[in-house]
Amino acid sequence: MIQYVSIVLMLIGIYGLLIDRNIIKIIVALNIFEVGLNIFIVSVGFVSGGVAPILTSVNSNSALIYVDPLPQALVLTSIVIGLGTTALALAIARKMYNAYNSLDLDEIGGMDND
Amino acid sequence: MKRIAVIILLGVLGFFIFSGIYSNEAFTEFGNVDLNNRVSNKFITKSVTDENDIVEFGKSSNLETGSANYVTSIVVNYRSFDTLGEVTVLFISSLGVALLLGTLGGKLTHKYRANFILRVGAKTIFPLIALTGIYIFIHGHLTPGGGFPGGSMIASAVLLLYLADENFRAKMSSFKLAESFAGSLYVLIGIFGLLTSGYFLNNFMNTGVIGDLFSAGIIPIVYVLVGLKVGSELTGIITDFLKVEVDE
Repeated sequence: MIQYVSIVLMLIGIYGLLIDRNIIKIIVALNIFEVGLNIFIVSVGFVSGGVAPILTSVNSNSALIYVDPLPQALVLTSIVIGLGTTALALAIARKMYNAYNSLDLDEIGGMDND
Repeated sequence: MKRIAVIILLGVLGFFIFSGIYSNEAFTEFGNVDLNNRVSNKFITKSVTDENDIVEFGKSSNLETGSANYVTSIVVNYRSFDTLGEVTVLFISSLGVALLLGTLGGKLTHKYRANFILRVGAKTIFPLIALTGIYIFIHGHLTPGGGFPGGSMIASAVLLLYLADENFRAKMSSFKLAESFAGSLYVLIGIFGLLTSGYFLNNFMNTGVIGDLFSAGIIPIVYVLVGLKVGSELTGIITDFLKVEVDE
């Protein structure tokens, strides 16, 4: 179920990327897209009844059922890279606002399309 | 018009993704994954290169990776080269932010004056947050967390100081020094592994008993370095975002 929800989240993100003309909204849409993708990747590794993939004094044996640690490790990478792209995108947005006094792509381009 | 076209496009895309994963034999149903068919099974029994039956907390020793946290063992041991690339991406993005905003010289002035509770509370709570961050990245191989969350926590502590006092400026030169030191040391550890045992970033140290603080070989060292690097990079990003253009 949650896999389909995350795909819907991804589609919402792509919709925002294509429709929105405000830079901040585009960055937010990019983040929604990314969150959907991350949830999807983590959900691929879910095992029902599995415990978190950490050996502790309670779950002290590798023979127990664990959820898949590999997608979680990949999502860790993806979150950090998402943070980097978001920071860079926001910096560019601030520069654009300083230069044009507007965050709207239509106003900046001076065009009038729908 | 554009809106309708986009909705149709997304409908088609969504249909293809749904039909691709719905009742597809190659794509296991949610929750029914059998890890014995996956490569992760090797990560859990820690038998990628060695043969190993069962790993027990506090007992098994001298495994190929001694990390109790499997995610950490993947991130900083099996896929450590990937993490080096990830840290590089974060470095490049902080460099990009510094290039775009670092030339601005002005100070962002708050529209409000920070009240007494915020000013005193920030000073009290800052060392606690920083200490928690350091604890998290030192225990990255035992508990959830690691270098990235710990580093972000340190950066959030610095952000609290910025919010409490508008005249506060972090000493960026020391943060930059910590960042470049940590980054170079990470690469040097990798090269040392290459020279001593033939693989870049190989775990050349004794991995110890699973569950001990001093175990897992190079994993805690690398995670402390990653934590320092991420913390200083995020602090740099925050500092750059708080600069404004000087009115002339």
